[in-house]
Amino acid sequence: MALTVPRLRRLDPLGALLAVAGATAVMFLPFVIFKSNRVVPGDPRGLLEVLPAWAAFACQASLLLAATAALGVSNARVRLGAALLGVTVVALAVAAAGDALTPAGNKVVRVAPGAGVWVLLVCLGLLATDAITRMRPGPGRRVLFLAVFTAAAGLALAHGTFDHLSVMREYAVNADRFAREARQHLWLALGSLAAAVVVALPIGILCHRVPRLRAGVLGTLNVIQTIPSIALFGILMAPLGALAGAVPLAAALGIRGIGAAPAAVALFLYSLLPIAANTVAGLKRVPRAAVEAARGMGMTNWQVLTGVELLLALPVILTGIRIVLVQNIGMVTVAALIGGGGLGTFVFQGIGQTAIDLVLLGAIPIVALAFSAAVVLDALVEVMDRARQ
Amino acid sequence: MISLENLTKQYGATAVVDGVSMVIERNSITVIVGTSGSGKSTLLRMINRLVEPTRGRVLIDGADTTGEPAHLLRRRIGYVIQGYGLFPHRTVAENIATVPRLLGWDEARIRIRVAGLLSVFQLDPGAYAHAFPHQLSGGQQQRVGVARALAAEPAVLLMDEPFGALDPIIRAKAQDDLLDIQRRFGTTILLVTHDMDEAFRLGDRVAVMSHGRLLQYDRPAVLLTRPADPFVSRMTGISDRAMRLLSLTTAGEAALPGASDGPAVAASASLREVLSELMWCGAESAAVMDADGTRRGRLTIAAILARGRPG
Repeated sequence: MALTVPRLRRLDPLGALLAVAGATAVMFLPFVIFKSNRVVPGDPRGLLEVLPAWAAFACQASLLLAATAALGVSNARVRLGAALLGVTVVALAVAAAGDALTPAGNKVVRVAPGAGVWVLLVCLGLLATDAITRMRPGPGRRVLFLAVFTAAAGLALAHGTFDHLSVMREYAVNADRFAREARQHLWLALGSLAAAVVVALPIGILCHRVPRLRAGVLGTLNVIQTIPSIALFGILMAPLGALAGAVPLAAALGIRGIGAAPAAVALFLYSLLPIAANTVAGLKRVPRAAVEAARGMGMTNWQVLTGVELLLALPVILTGIRIVLVQNIGMVTVAALIGGGGLGTFVFQGIGQTAIDLVLLGAIPIVALAFSAAVVLDALVEVMDRARQ
Repeated sequence: MISLENLTKQYGATAVVDGVSMVIERNSITVIVGTSGSGKSTLLRMINRLVEPTRGRVLIDGADTTGEPAHLLRRRIGYVIQGYGLFPHRTVAENIATVPRLLGWDEARIRIRVAGLLSVFQLDPGAYAHAFPHQLSGGQQQRVGVARALAAEPAVLLMDEPFGALDPIIRAKAQDDLLDIQRRFGTTILLVTHDMDEAFRLGDRVAVMSHGRLLQYDRPAVLLTRPADPFVSRMTGISDRAMRLLSLTTAGEAALPGASDGPAVAASASLREVLSELMWCGAESAAVMDADGTRRGRLTIAAILARGRPG
């Protein structure tokens, strides 16, 4: 494809890389994998084998268009449009392949996206994010992009567009459990974050006020961060188990050596350092003259802290919260190993059964959640920072 | 009236402020001048209790300042610092409204007060009330800082190097504005600076501090003509002390009866400026004119020179 572009000097380097990778994927990698049931090895199928000729042609023409835009168009809006067109076309083509390869009423056959589709989606996704970065959208626009994309994906899922693909087959079987584990996932990630904010904010304020404490406290929290999560779960099992045995109330509250309790405690401990350290950094950034003036005008210590210092430190503290939220959404996955629940349950079950579709049923929502949390909180930080520079 | 009685602040064994006693008259500008480390800022901060004295006490209109919680005391005393300390996350209007809000004024009264102060300080309310501090020039920020300190109509205004960050031309304008403000509101102003010119220009009385001690506290002319300590003469400057003395007196104050065919000078001009004008024109005497154009009298070079001598 690169050979058809006349003026090589104006080639976009990233676009060229993506176009070559995409073209390779289309030509040499399987478009979908067909399995006659869930556990037998798959059978690769190309685009032309699974779609009617006109549809396959339209799909390839759209991808060619996207590649051309990636290579030779510098207008970011056009590049974004081309990437989104490509994503839509690939998604619809996979969905159509699922429909075409599944005999009516058959619930045993599995059709999964092949390596070609994944590579194409990665290339088009990079093209889209690169285009969005070049457009330099404000925080509001970025959240809007995310909302529109989420709404489109949600509509397609609700409409049943992808129901014949293997991941959605796994979802259909596990729908009840999926809702429960997703709630548990969010509950663990957000609950441990909230508890960590309540504890780490005062720790950060204290470290700012009493510099002698700073190195010791932050150093201790730093050591906790270095403990691998599985090891921390293990360390927590003994004391929490003992607590449940000794205090009936704790046991009644669901605190046990395994399950959600050690997972929540571990996530809470991991969350302390980023929030406490960013609180210290944020407070350090507050202009000393503003604090001096606030005191000199007769604000009480509490008024100086809440009305001046914390407000001015908020963007930096929020950055810490963003780090923790994204980190927690990912780390909750491991909690499934000790019976903590969450979307990781599907990941580890899938690994156990060598059912990659089940792994994806857990992994895709986790990645989407973490990505969305990052976009929303980044936007929030920027809005705060802009108002308080 | 503010009385400082044997005010002392010690950190460990070192006294930063050492037994300072002085009386600050109401409706006047008093300037504390000294080199850095002289204890002048600490002295100022003991008046609004940002620093608690080790010994001694501060009386405002006869009442000991420790008689009420420090934050309530501070709401009655204006405070301006170098760098102004404007709140970057609040608009100009919100900054100025800080102390009235703390005192629980109602919104209508606050709005009227803020609008009034903005116009007194030559900041168009339409353009600046909702601006953020970082959108203002240095001079404008300085004016907002003073407006904020005066918002709740304090009887006393403390200023710690308030003009230190301004360039010379804007600083001179800000000093004139401060003299106007003081006349207009009758505020008792206590100002700390290391700049002797500023002290002489603004101060009804000037206090010279060194190493925590108050060396001399008197009218500027007395500091020049009868320095109590070699350090005071060094601070006031020996080489141009005669010219400094001349700059403390206006032509109107020194004018003698009689006519002159020399250049006309304004009654508000200092003798230093009149002398300079006479030297420039090569004239022996000048006609002193009031602002409304009537003749006040005349000044000869000899009369001016006599004013530049001590005693």
